[in-house]
Amino acid sequence: MANFDQELDASGLNCPLPILRAKKALAALESGKVLRIIATDPGSVKDFDSFAKQTGNTLLESGEENGKFVFLIRKA
Amino acid sequence: MSQKKLAIIATKGTLDWGYPPFILASTAAALGYEVQVFFSFYGLKLLQKNLDLKVSSLGNPGMPMPIPMPVLLQALPGMQALMTMMMKQKMKAKGVASLEELRNLCVEAEVKMIACQMTVDLFEFNPKDFIPGVELGGAATFFEFAGESDICLYL
Repeated sequence: MANFDQELDASGLNCPLPILRAKKALAALESGKVLRIIATDPGSVKDFDSFAKQTGNTLLESGEENGKFVFLIRKA
Repeated sequence: MSQKKLAIIATKGTLDWGYPPFILASTAAALGYEVQVFFSFYGLKLLQKNLDLKVSSLGNPGMPMPIPMPVLLQALPGMQALMTMMMKQKMKAKGVASLEELRNLCVEAEVKMIACQMTVDLFEFNPKDFIPGVELGGAATFFEFAGESDICLYL
Protein backbone atom coordinates (compact mmCIF):
# COMPACT_ATOMS: atom_id res chain seq x y z
CA MET A 1 0.00 0.00 0.00
CA ALA A 2 1.17 3.48 -0.85
CA ASN A 3 1.84 6.24 1.66
CA PHE A 4 -0.96 8.13 3.30
CA ASP A 5 -1.30 11.22 5.49
CA GLN A 6 -4.19 10.20 7.67
CA GLU A 7 -6.12 7.07 8.53
CA LEU A 8 -9.79 6.52 9.25
CA ASP A 9 -11.00 3.28 10.78
CA ALA A 10 -14.64 2.77 9.83
CA SER A 11 -14.67 -0.90 10.82
CA GLY A 12 -18.02 -2.12 12.07
CA LEU A 13 -19.88 0.86 10.64
CA ASN A 14 -22.61 0.40 8.10
CA CYS A 15 -23.95 2.48 5.19
CA PRO A 16 -23.81 5.46 4.98
CA LEU A 17 -21.45 6.06 7.92
CA PRO A 18 -18.13 5.07 6.25
CA ILE A 19 -18.80 7.58 3.46
CA LEU A 20 -19.93 10.32 5.85
CA ARG A 21 -16.92 9.82 8.14
CA ALA A 22 -14.60 9.85 5.13
CA LYS A 23 -16.16 13.05 3.84
CA LYS A 24 -15.57 14.67 7.23
CA ALA A 25 -11.97 13.46 7.40
CA LEU A 26 -11.27 14.69 3.87
CA ALA A 27 -12.70 18.10 4.69
CA ALA A 28 -9.99 18.52 7.33
CA LEU A 29 -7.20 17.57 4.91
CA GLU A 30 -5.35 19.81 2.52
CA SER A 31 -5.63 19.32 -1.21
CA GLY A 32 -3.34 16.55 -2.47
CA LYS A 33 -3.20 14.74 0.88
CA VAL A 34 -4.14 11.06 1.02
CA LEU A 35 -6.66 9.49 3.37
CA ARG A 36 -6.57 5.77 4.11
CA ILE A 37 -9.92 4.25 5.06
CA ILE A 38 -10.52 0.84 6.60
CA ALA A 39 -14.04 -0.56 6.41
CA THR A 40 -15.89 -3.82 6.93
CA ASP A 41 -19.11 -2.91 5.11
CA PRO A 42 -19.02 -4.83 1.79
CA GLY A 43 -21.17 -2.10 0.21
CA SER A 44 -18.39 0.39 0.79
CA VAL A 45 -16.38 -1.01 -2.15
CA LYS A 46 -18.84 0.29 -4.71
CA ASP A 47 -19.74 3.29 -2.58
CA PHE A 48 -16.20 4.67 -2.35
CA ASP A 49 -15.83 4.28 -6.10
CA SER A 50 -19.03 6.28 -6.60
CA PHE A 51 -18.06 8.77 -3.93
CA ALA A 52 -14.76 9.52 -5.66
CA LYS A 53 -16.42 9.88 -9.07
CA GLN A 54 -18.99 12.32 -7.77
CA THR A 55 -16.77 14.43 -5.53
CA GLY A 56 -13.73 14.72 -7.78
CA ASN A 57 -11.41 13.14 -5.19
CA THR A 58 -9.19 10.38 -6.57
CA LEU A 59 -9.58 6.78 -5.47
CA LEU A 60 -5.94 5.67 -5.68
CA GLU A 61 -6.45 2.17 -4.36
CA SER A 62 -9.29 -0.11 -3.39
CA GLY A 63 -8.49 -3.52 -2.01
CA GLU A 64 -8.73 -6.08 0.76
CA GLU A 65 -6.34 -6.55 3.66
CA ASN A 66 -6.77 -9.09 6.45
CA GLY A 67 -10.42 -9.52 5.60
CA LYS A 68 -11.14 -5.79 5.67
CA PHE A 69 -11.64 -3.31 2.85
CA VAL A 70 -9.00 -0.65 2.46
CA PHE A 71 -9.20 2.50 0.36
CA LEU A 72 -6.78 5.28 -0.46
CA ILE A 73 -8.36 8.57 -1.50
CA ARG A 74 -6.45 11.66 -2.54
CA LYS A 75 -8.20 14.92 -1.84
CA ALA A 76 -8.83 17.04 -4.93
CA MET B 1 -20.21 22.43 -12.40
CA SER B 2 -23.27 23.82 -10.67
CA GLN B 3 -24.35 22.22 -7.43
CA LYS B 4 -26.89 19.42 -7.77
CA LYS B 5 -30.05 19.55 -5.70
CA LEU B 6 -32.02 16.88 -3.89
CA ALA B 7 -35.56 17.48 -2.63
CA ILE B 8 -37.22 14.99 -0.28
CA ILE B 9 -40.70 14.81 1.21
CA ALA B 10 -40.67 12.79 4.46
CA THR B 11 -44.10 11.59 5.53
CA LYS B 12 -43.51 8.61 7.81
CA GLY B 13 -42.93 8.69 11.55
CA THR B 14 -41.85 5.16 12.43
CA LEU B 15 -38.37 4.09 13.50
CA ASP B 16 -37.72 2.13 10.31
CA TRP B 17 -39.14 4.68 7.87
CA GLY B 18 -37.30 7.49 9.59
CA TYR B 19 -34.07 6.17 8.10
CA PRO B 20 -34.44 6.70 4.33
CA PRO B 21 -34.81 10.50 4.42
CA PHE B 22 -31.86 11.00 6.78
CA ILE B 23 -29.61 8.43 5.04
CA LEU B 24 -30.23 9.91 1.61
CA ALA B 25 -30.06 13.53 2.75
CA SER B 26 -26.77 13.08 4.64
CA THR B 27 -25.17 11.06 1.86
CA ALA B 28 -26.24 13.49 -0.85
CA ALA B 29 -24.84 16.35 1.21
CA ALA B 30 -21.54 14.44 1.49
CA LEU B 31 -21.52 14.09 -2.29
CA GLY B 32 -21.90 17.83 -2.67
CA TYR B 33 -25.65 18.15 -3.18
CA GLU B 34 -27.70 20.97 -1.77
CA VAL B 35 -30.51 19.21 0.11
CA GLN B 36 -33.93 20.21 1.40
CA VAL B 37 -36.31 17.92 3.25
CA PHE B 38 -39.97 18.81 3.64
CA PHE B 39 -41.52 17.04 6.64
CA SER B 40 -45.25 16.51 6.47
CA PHE B 41 -47.86 14.47 8.35
CA TYR B 42 -46.17 11.77 10.50
CA GLY B 43 -42.76 12.76 9.16
CA LEU B 44 -42.96 15.73 11.54
CA LYS B 45 -42.08 13.35 14.37
CA LEU B 46 -38.60 13.09 12.85
CA LEU B 47 -38.03 16.74 13.71
CA GLN B 48 -38.75 16.51 17.42
CA LYS B 49 -35.77 17.03 19.72
CA ASN B 50 -36.76 13.94 21.64
CA LEU B 51 -36.86 11.23 18.97
CA ASP B 52 -39.18 8.63 20.41
CA LEU B 53 -40.05 6.51 17.40
CA LYS B 54 -41.53 3.04 17.37
CA VAL B 55 -41.72 0.24 14.90
CA SER B 56 -44.65 -2.13 14.42
CA SER B 57 -45.12 -5.31 12.46
CA LEU B 58 -48.86 -4.69 12.31
CA GLY B 59 -49.99 -3.96 8.78
CA ASN B 60 -46.49 -4.85 7.61
CA PRO B 61 -46.39 -8.53 6.65
CA GLY B 62 -43.03 -7.94 4.99
CA MET B 63 -41.21 -7.35 8.26
CA PRO B 64 -38.83 -10.25 8.98
CA MET B 65 -39.70 -11.83 12.33
CA PRO B 66 -37.32 -13.87 14.51
CA ILE B 67 -40.11 -16.41 15.02
CA PRO B 68 -43.37 -16.73 13.07
CA MET B 69 -46.13 -14.96 14.99
CA PRO B 70 -49.88 -14.74 14.34
CA VAL B 71 -51.10 -11.20 13.68
CA LEU B 72 -53.43 -11.31 16.69
CA LEU B 73 -50.44 -11.89 18.98
CA GLN B 74 -48.57 -8.99 17.40
CA ALA B 75 -51.44 -6.74 18.53
CA LEU B 76 -51.03 -7.60 22.22
CA PRO B 77 -50.01 -4.82 24.66
CA GLY B 78 -46.26 -4.44 24.92
CA MET B 79 -45.53 -6.04 21.56
CA GLN B 80 -44.77 -2.73 19.87
CA ALA B 81 -42.30 -1.79 22.60
CA LEU B 82 -40.70 -5.22 22.32
CA MET B 83 -40.36 -4.97 18.52
CA THR B 84 -38.90 -1.48 18.84
CA MET B 85 -36.34 -2.68 21.37
CA MET B 86 -35.40 -5.65 19.20
CA MET B 87 -35.05 -3.48 16.10
CA LYS B 88 -32.80 -1.01 17.93
CA GLN B 89 -30.62 -3.83 19.26
CA LYS B 90 -30.31 -5.36 15.81
CA MET B 91 -29.35 -2.03 14.25
CA LYS B 92 -26.72 -1.41 16.91
CA ALA B 93 -25.27 -4.90 16.47
CA LYS B 94 -24.99 -4.36 12.70
CA GLY B 95 -23.27 -0.98 12.97
CA VAL B 96 -26.26 0.94 11.64
CA ALA B 97 -26.22 4.55 12.80
CA SER B 98 -28.87 5.76 15.21
CA LEU B 99 -31.46 8.14 13.76
CA GLU B 100 -30.16 10.87 16.08
CA GLU B 101 -26.66 10.47 14.67
CA LEU B 102 -27.85 10.61 11.06
CA ARG B 103 -30.02 13.62 11.81
CA ASN B 104 -27.08 15.38 13.46
CA LEU B 105 -24.97 14.68 10.38
CA CYS B 106 -27.70 16.24 8.24
CA VAL B 107 -27.74 19.33 10.45
CA GLU B 108 -23.93 19.58 10.29
CA ALA B 109 -24.06 19.28 6.50
CA GLU B 110 -26.57 22.14 6.38
CA VAL B 111 -29.46 20.09 5.06
CA LYS B 112 -32.40 22.46 5.13
CA MET B 113 -35.40 21.08 7.00
CA ILE B 114 -38.88 22.46 6.53
CA ALA B 115 -41.91 21.53 8.62
CA CYS B 116 -45.24 21.55 6.83
CA GLN B 117 -47.26 24.36 8.44
CA MET B 118 -50.64 22.80 7.70
CA THR B 119 -49.89 19.46 9.37
CA VAL B 120 -48.07 21.17 12.27
CA ASP B 121 -51.35 22.99 12.94
CA LEU B 122 -53.50 19.94 12.20
CA PHE B 123 -51.75 17.67 14.70
CA GLU B 124 -50.96 20.52 17.11
CA PHE B 125 -47.21 20.01 17.03
CA ASN B 126 -45.29 22.65 18.95
CA PRO B 127 -42.47 24.02 16.76
CA LYS B 128 -40.54 24.64 20.00
CA ASP B 129 -40.21 20.85 20.28
CA PHE B 130 -38.39 20.71 16.95
CA ILE B 131 -34.60 20.81 16.63
CA PRO B 132 -33.16 24.30 16.00
CA GLY B 133 -33.02 25.53 12.43
CA VAL B 134 -36.30 24.03 11.25
CA GLU B 135 -38.38 26.43 9.17
CA LEU B 136 -42.11 26.32 8.63
CA GLY B 137 -43.52 26.38 5.14
CA GLY B 138 -46.23 25.22 2.81
CA ALA B 139 -46.50 23.34 -0.47
CA ALA B 140 -45.45 26.40 -2.47
CA THR B 141 -42.29 26.70 -0.34
CA PHE B 142 -41.45 23.10 -1.21
CA PHE B 143 -41.92 23.65 -4.94
CA GLU B 144 -39.65 26.68 -4.93
CA PHE B 145 -36.74 24.34 -4.23
CA ALA B 146 -38.13 21.09 -5.71
CA GLY B 147 -38.83 22.75 -9.04
CA GLU B 148 -35.11 23.38 -9.43
CA SER B 149 -34.03 20.00 -8.07
CA ASP B 150 -32.23 17.22 -9.94
CA ILE B 151 -33.75 14.49 -7.78
CA CYS B 152 -37.07 14.62 -5.98
CA LEU B 153 -38.24 11.84 -3.66
CA TYR B 154 -41.43 11.16 -1.75
CA LEU B 155 -40.70 8.97 1.26
